[in-house]
Amino acid sequence: MNDRTANPRAWWFVLPVLVLVAFNALIPLMTVVNYSVQETFGDNVFFWEGLKWFEQVLNSDRFHESFLRQLAFTGMILAIEVPLGIAVALSMPRKGPWVSVCLVLMALPLLIPWNVVGAMWNIFALPDIGLLGRMINGMGIDYNFTQQPVAAWLTTVLMDVWHWTSLVVLLAYAGLCSIPDAYYQAAKIDGASAWAVFRYIQLPKMKRVLTIAILLRFMDSFMIYTEPFVLTGGGPGNTTTFLSIDLVKIALGQFDLGPAAAMSLIYFLVVLLVCWIFYTLTMRNESQ
Amino acid sequence: MSLSWMAWTGPTAAFFIFIAICLVAMAVWERLVPGGSPRRGVLGIDTTRGDRLFISLLGSAFIFLAWLGFFGTPLWIPLGFAIAYGIVVFRWV
Repeated sequence: MNDRTANPRAWWFVLPVLVLVAFNALIPLMTVVNYSVQETFGDNVFFWEGLKWFEQVLNSDRFHESFLRQLAFTGMILAIEVPLGIAVALSMPRKGPWVSVCLVLMALPLLIPWNVVGAMWNIFALPDIGLLGRMINGMGIDYNFTQQPVAAWLTTVLMDVWHWTSLVVLLAYAGLCSIPDAYYQAAKIDGASAWAVFRYIQLPKMKRVLTIAILLRFMDSFMIYTEPFVLTGGGPGNTTTFLSIDLVKIALGQFDLGPAAAMSLIYFLVVLLVCWIFYTLTMRNESQ
Repeated sequence: MSLSWMAWTGPTAAFFIFIAICLVAMAVWERLVPGGSPRRGVLGIDTTRGDRLFISLLGSAFIFLAWLGFFGTPLWIPLGFAIAYGIVVFRWV
């Protein structure tokens, strides 16, 4: 590449983005790093604590528990949403007037603000007045998500599945639509079974969009805050206190800025690592 | 403009200066040897110098965290590990 023809002045056009990123990401992140090694009681007075908060967070049962809870939640919703999303996408029509109807219906849950989803499900699942809660209790099953940890988990997972499976559906559907008819014709001539068509034509063609879908769902569910906060508030007890809810409790509830900063840096590094692994896997897939 | 709300300390400033020096050094290196010397290393992915720096820094962070979690301070031994890890990454990844 001849770099003489490139105009270096174009770099000045990047400057606004740089300033924006500096103010909304870089400077706050630097401040968090500064907070993570100090103790404060307010009034901008800070005391040096060294790496004490990191040690404390890494060895705290509370952090381990919310981390495990977070992993369990993310694992569960991925295990449900990805296969379910693929199944729904496979059963959607590829041609005709129903395509738009299905797409609009699928897009609806994605358009609802997160706190509204939480509030909707809260009311929907209330055991005494909610449609779902009342119905389950009417069938003779004791269900109360405000008091039973299992019920709280089921409701949270169900809410997330309701809210986000559509994203997997839309991505998988886009992947399916990009497969040329010739592949299906060839499969038909060879007498391939429906499973063989799925395994050797549809799944490989969806691999790329599915990687993106899994990455997006992983990240979103790993950082989930609003929906469980509105639905259960992290309870009963702290059985649905996921990482970000715990973080906010420490930072704003207890005003322990130092430990909260250390925890958020560890959280950030984990997220960064997972992103990098997904990026690497995607790159490997593409180069193969 | 007062920066007191950012609560700067010597060590954290040194940390960011180190990161900044790394980035400037990478820019100078790119000037001297343009193209980022891409290759396919032991991970089976195409990496450039920038990727290798990122992998080194991220890995080092986890080396320090693991040591801090299991053994606590001081961190001189994991510093050695992190430098060794960085050299391995720049050489073979």
